[in-house]
Amino acid sequence: MSLVNSFREGPDEGGHFGRYGGRFVAETLMPLILEVERHYHQAKTDPAFRRELDHYLADYVGRPSPLYLAERLTRHLGGARIYFKRDELNHTGAHKINNCMGQILLARRMGKRRIIAETGAGQHGVATATVAALFGLPCTVYMGALDIARQKPNVFRMRLLGAEVVPVHAGRATLKDAMNEALRDWVAHVEDTYYLIGTVAGPHPYPAMVRDFQSVIGDEVRRQLEAREGRLPDTLVACIGGGSNAIGLFHPFLDDRSVAMIGVEAGGHGIDTGAHAASLTGGAPGVLHGAKSYLLQDDDGQILEGHSISAGLDYPGVGPEHAWLKDQDRVRYVSVTDDAALEAFKLCARLEGILPALEPAHALAHVIEIAGGLPADHLLVMNMCGRGDKDVFTVAEALGVEI
Amino acid sequence: MTAHQGRIARRFAALKAAGRAAFVPFLTAGDPDHDTSLALLRGLPAAGADLIELGMPFTDPMADGPVIQKASLRALAAGARMTRTLALVRAFREDDRDTPVVLMGYFNPIHRYGVDRFLADARTAGVDGLIVVDLPPEEDNELAVPARAAGIDMIRLISPSTGDERLPAVLSAAAGFVYYISVYGVTGTRSATEQAVAAAVARLRCHTDLPIAVGFGIRTPQQAAAVARVADGAVVGSALVEALAAELDGDGAAGPGLVSAVHRAVGALAAGVHGAQNGT
Repeated sequence: MSLVNSFREGPDEGGHFGRYGGRFVAETLMPLILEVERHYHQAKTDPAFRRELDHYLADYVGRPSPLYLAERLTRHLGGARIYFKRDELNHTGAHKINNCMGQILLARRMGKRRIIAETGAGQHGVATATVAALFGLPCTVYMGALDIARQKPNVFRMRLLGAEVVPVHAGRATLKDAMNEALRDWVAHVEDTYYLIGTVAGPHPYPAMVRDFQSVIGDEVRRQLEAREGRLPDTLVACIGGGSNAIGLFHPFLDDRSVAMIGVEAGGHGIDTGAHAASLTGGAPGVLHGAKSYLLQDDDGQILEGHSISAGLDYPGVGPEHAWLKDQDRVRYVSVTDDAALEAFKLCARLEGILPALEPAHALAHVIEIAGGLPADHLLVMNMCGRGDKDVFTVAEALGVEI
Repeated sequence: MTAHQGRIARRFAALKAAGRAAFVPFLTAGDPDHDTSLALLRGLPAAGADLIELGMPFTDPMADGPVIQKASLRALAAGARMTRTLALVRAFREDDRDTPVVLMGYFNPIHRYGVDRFLADARTAGVDGLIVVDLPPEEDNELAVPARAAGIDMIRLISPSTGDERLPAVLSAAAGFVYYISVYGVTGTRSATEQAVAAAVARLRCHTDLPIAVGFGIRTPQQAAAVARVADGAVVGSALVEALAAELDGDGAAGPGLVSAVHRAVGALAAGVHGAQNGT
């Protein structure tokens, strides 16, 4: 069993979660990252910053998001009581805006005049374009050309919001390549530009900062479930690409040892096929995009392209805190295939009247797998971290339907 | 003076005595294929290279512009791997004992190879220094500390954004020479003015006695000469890789004139550097 007293104290001063994390960036970026860290440290202890963030989260984002007992699904699966944390009801349709709102307020405090971001499914790009519009800051979003093709509604949405969407053709033209290009932009525009990273990856302080902004999810679940059931949850389930919605749900409960946690990665066509995006269950430790963590890589240390039906999970890395939580055995990481996620998507639509995004459809597929074997008083909370409107074209194609 | 004086220190000392700066060409190992890469490498000293910077191919070269990104991908497609990069250096060393070779790249392939094994194999192959873009001094325990113990120079990168308050920390474990990145941006895009480079080099000289080489954005013999007037070395990468890429056939394979075209480009740039009066 683990020797640590708390799972919530990381990272250390150098941004390490155990042997993961850190600041693996070019010297040009190092002073900027230290500046972000300094400002974030001041902001998070400043009551005025907290008040401003709380105001926007309540009145603009629409928090708290509901905690909903999915009764028909619970009956259908015949086991655990299944709650959905409805973060898909946030403004812009996903959990991504929790983090964007925090970081844009930080960028303003720092006096930055231009925002850049990377995006995979486009949810983070939309959320970034949204907060940039709200505060009148020019915004450039890097997006893989392949993702642009499979997420057209979000691309148009970003452009309506005034953002410039730059297609990235390098590599396999997905999220990893978009992040490379955003880092290249940042190196070239260090003086006025703020890089608004969308997940708990990247160099310190991003993994800790994004986690802190997303922890509103778990903090609300704790209060809401206490009011509803008078106790802690038994199991938390969330999908993992970079891992921001999962860490947001898990982190407030990490020291409650009775709470089991399961992170669900994208198994693509299956881990044994090699065509997946499951860094924790099918990768090995390495260094990419500023942090040490689990990566999809070959035996020469070259980064492999992930595969998932979900563009938002299609990333060959994962946040370093998840790598540490895996090694500590505090969180269990599993994977779910494209096909299982699609089945979960369909079931949720019919039983609950909710189209989940393909990302949380992965979490739901695992819930479907385990719920029936759990007792009726077992409280299971799954993070419904995004809505599926953006995925209808992908789902139609997978189902062989023309729309 | 350290007890062990390596090839890099000896080469810069000799150049200083001769009153001129170093020309440092950059090529990616295995680009466009292993055998052509070896032929390119073997001819560099005769073409005018004083030191050689050899890129270790990586799928995700975040600090590099499109030209060097493509070089990495060409090399990987032709079968490049860390073992073959080290084999290139070993083969080069069979008939050149004096020209320093510096490997440049990103940390993940080294991490995957295993740091201790990498340092041992690199040293045996005849590698003199390392430039690892994504290892700032904050991560020195990963490679810089064991590299020093293994007798390989960790070459520090300094950028225009590196403030005076940060320089002592960055330079504390510096060895071989200091590499000044003269512009904000990735390789092969912008160029700095001569005045800006002169001011930056003067600033660095207050903090270090190591030779100072300047890179990023040097494309022509004239620009190389301008850098050579104020610094101890000029590094040229993208312009050479472009000369290489121009000699590829439609399938991306080396054309018959590739090796001599690259060596001619090296010669022209080296002449710019060597013709300049070094002011230091």
